[in-house]
Amino acid sequence: MTIIYLLIGISLTVAALFLSSFVWAVRSGQYEDDYTPSVRILFDEETPSAPDREKR
Amino acid sequence: MRRSATTLVEEKEHCYHCGDECQSVPVYTQEKAFCCTGCQAVYELLYANNLCTYYNLEAGEKPGVTVAAGDVQANQFVYLDEAATLNQLLTFQSDTLHKVLFQIPNMHCSSCIWLLENLFKLDQGVVESRVNFPRKEVSVSYHPKKTKLSHIVTLLHKIGYGPTLNLSTLSGKKQKRDFGINLKLGLAGFCFGNTMLLSFPEYFAFGEEVKQQFGSFFGWVSIVLALPVLLYSARGFFESAWQSLKQRHINLDTPISLGLASLFCVSLYDIFMETGPGYLDSFTGLVFFMLIGKYVQKTTYDALAFDRDYKAYFPISVTVLEKGAENVIAVKELAPGKRIRIRNQELVPADAILLRGSAFIDYSFVSGESAPVLKVAGEIIYAGGRQVGESIELEVIKDVSQSYLTQLWNNDVFRKEKSYFGVGTYADKVGGYFITVTLLIAAGALVYWVPRDLDMAIKAFTSVLVIACPCALSLSAPFTLSNALRIFGGQKFYLKNGDVAETLAKADTIVFDKTGTLTESTQTDITYQGDALSTEDESRLRAVLQHSTHPLSQGLYQFLKAPVKAVSQYQEISGEGVQGLVDGVLVKVGSRSYAGGGQQAKLATGLATRVYVQLGEDRGGVFTFSNHYREGLPQLVQELHNQGKKLAVLSGDNDAERENLQRIFGPEATLRFHQSPGDKLAYIEQLKTEGHKVIMVGDGLNDAGALQMSDAGISVTNSVNGFSPGCDAILDAGSFTQLAHFLRFSRRALHVILGSFMVSFVYNIIGLSMAVTGLFTPVVSAILMPISSLSVILCSVLGVRYVALRMGLLQPKK
Repeated sequence: MTIIYLLIGISLTVAALFLSSFVWAVRSGQYEDDYTPSVRILFDEETPSAPDREKR
Repeated sequence: MRRSATTLVEEKEHCYHCGDECQSVPVYTQEKAFCCTGCQAVYELLYANNLCTYYNLEAGEKPGVTVAAGDVQANQFVYLDEAATLNQLLTFQSDTLHKVLFQIPNMHCSSCIWLLENLFKLDQGVVESRVNFPRKEVSVSYHPKKTKLSHIVTLLHKIGYGPTLNLSTLSGKKQKRDFGINLKLGLAGFCFGNTMLLSFPEYFAFGEEVKQQFGSFFGWVSIVLALPVLLYSARGFFESAWQSLKQRHINLDTPISLGLASLFCVSLYDIFMETGPGYLDSFTGLVFFMLIGKYVQKTTYDALAFDRDYKAYFPISVTVLEKGAENVIAVKELAPGKRIRIRNQELVPADAILLRGSAFIDYSFVSGESAPVLKVAGEIIYAGGRQVGESIELEVIKDVSQSYLTQLWNNDVFRKEKSYFGVGTYADKVGGYFITVTLLIAAGALVYWVPRDLDMAIKAFTSVLVIACPCALSLSAPFTLSNALRIFGGQKFYLKNGDVAETLAKADTIVFDKTGTLTESTQTDITYQGDALSTEDESRLRAVLQHSTHPLSQGLYQFLKAPVKAVSQYQEISGEGVQGLVDGVLVKVGSRSYAGGGQQAKLATGLATRVYVQLGEDRGGVFTFSNHYREGLPQLVQELHNQGKKLAVLSGDNDAERENLQRIFGPEATLRFHQSPGDKLAYIEQLKTEGHKVIMVGDGLNDAGALQMSDAGISVTNSVNGFSPGCDAILDAGSFTQLAHFLRFSRRALHVILGSFMVSFVYNIIGLSMAVTGLFTPVVSAILMPISSLSVILCSVLGVRYVALRMGLLQPKK
């Protein structure tokens, strides 16, 4: 049963990774606007020659 | 611009750009109808740049915003390119990249987002533009060598999305958004989940073996997980409790903090002494649930500004005349003695004396008065008025911040944060009783158990403190009020926060501003006195009036209905009136000295806005423009009377309307006329010192002081995203007559809060009875805590929605 020490250690590490990515998401302002991206994603890219908009 | 006969179009065409009905003859491009050349120009611009997707995104609806042709002058925004202005406006600045954040009130649909994010197709210098729709903001990055800020602003104006540019945009950068609550909530949720996982052996009987082997290890890991919750997530509760203790009073956070602290300490003791698993799962859970309450409470209307002062209305720059040359300088640098030029539709930024030109000043944003006021050279024009007509020259006599209107903001009221007697004290009062009762019970348990069983005594004592944490109590108010806010929002009544809803419910006095609040600022009643006018005469008048751009002429032109005739020898004498020959009859329309010769002078008494007309040599009359009271006002007043409210009306005008108002408001209502902005503020202050809870309902900048001083200031506006002075709630003019209904609803919402308080007390009593008998264990806590929280949330939400349904407030207002 000693394996539980390892398992819990691993599970907490993985969870901590998710927590840190959550912290990053909040800090980078992804929770600032929860409406516009839902609209933006439905726009078609009609002119391929337009400047690359994915590059932020 | 003369049009022959207006052809009667049976079915009115809708503008391809803005979707409005075309009022006059539509203009056509590519077989598409446009209501005006402005809309046409936008379409042509978008068409030329291959941006017509704009019109196809929203099915069945035209997204465009009506743009008046020639609204923007080419050089209007040049001042934006000056380094000093740039420094204040830009959020990021380098040689190759500038970033700026605009607020665009006109933004309203997904087409708007699409067009604004495709700005780079219209201006090669724009690198990127990103919209934040809920806040109606667009952040634009551009290359400073390829384009200029003034170009971008002009472009935005041209396509109908003029950004808000005013003094307050300049006064200091926007403070960084507070991510705190999101982070705290996320962290608490994370720790809550993991601690619960580690407590599983406690919850189930089959965990016995695991518990013995790993109990202390799980305990230690739980402590590690609970520490960030204690130190970071829950900090707000401790800080608030400490603050209130320092001021020697108790708020709801005091028992919460006491509960949390004892919960944590008991758990530490248990784990260190290896006597039990502790309550850390309950602890993290409590913090998590209470933070949800805080989060819900914080959600408000991002796009609406409740804290605007005069700066949000005043321009950034003004044209100054120096040695015959025109210079554009920042309004902040304006000093007494300078000469300024104000063009059509521009705002007078400081008190000034009129030197040249005829001024028609529109004070509608200041006082709500719809008819412009005539001023002649030598008269003082107060800051905040908007010039309508030709350009005028003025000499500034006061600083911007010291002017008649703006000095209102130097009052102390504007310096302190507004405190509500709302939820704060409501829940805090309960919090005060709560903590007293809890301490009494805890002491009672101690007294009872100490002679019998010392271990049991300590256990009972701490359990009582633990269960006394009024977590559920702290959830009911935020959930009820935030739902009430959303329901109000559906009815176009936007509250700043939940506290305002409670303030509304408790107010006993309602003070109204007259002009623009009780009256409609876009509508006037026109009455005629004098020689009877035949249809022929009306046609003649309209013939002359149609050529004048003066707002009063326009109003009169709309009012008269007869068909228009041809006019010759048309003449406009600036500041006086207009005249022309129709069917050989000389028609004069204008001021008293101009067209008011003869008997009409006798007809005019009082101070109302008037237009005199003269037909031929000897016939004439006078049109009086008076305010139009909002539909349903008497019913509203009646309902407020029935609710037992004390009513008052404050007006900056003369008392010409006294009788009318007294009839509507009844004999007990206080009516005050000739009130300066300062007088209004003082009157509200007086009411408050008499112990009344006051709601102020106003609309203009001159009510700003009273709105701020009152317990709840409601500003009435025709367009919610347009300008409104600083206030606690914004009410769409269309919902004005529902005010009494809204007040009743806010009172019922308070009853819902009380109801859910009861539910939470039931849980506390169950918990307490277990605690004093020593039966309170981690498992009981782990069950009781989430159930009580969730059921209180459910009660609040369902309760308030049920009440709204019964009152018919759930159907959204179009």
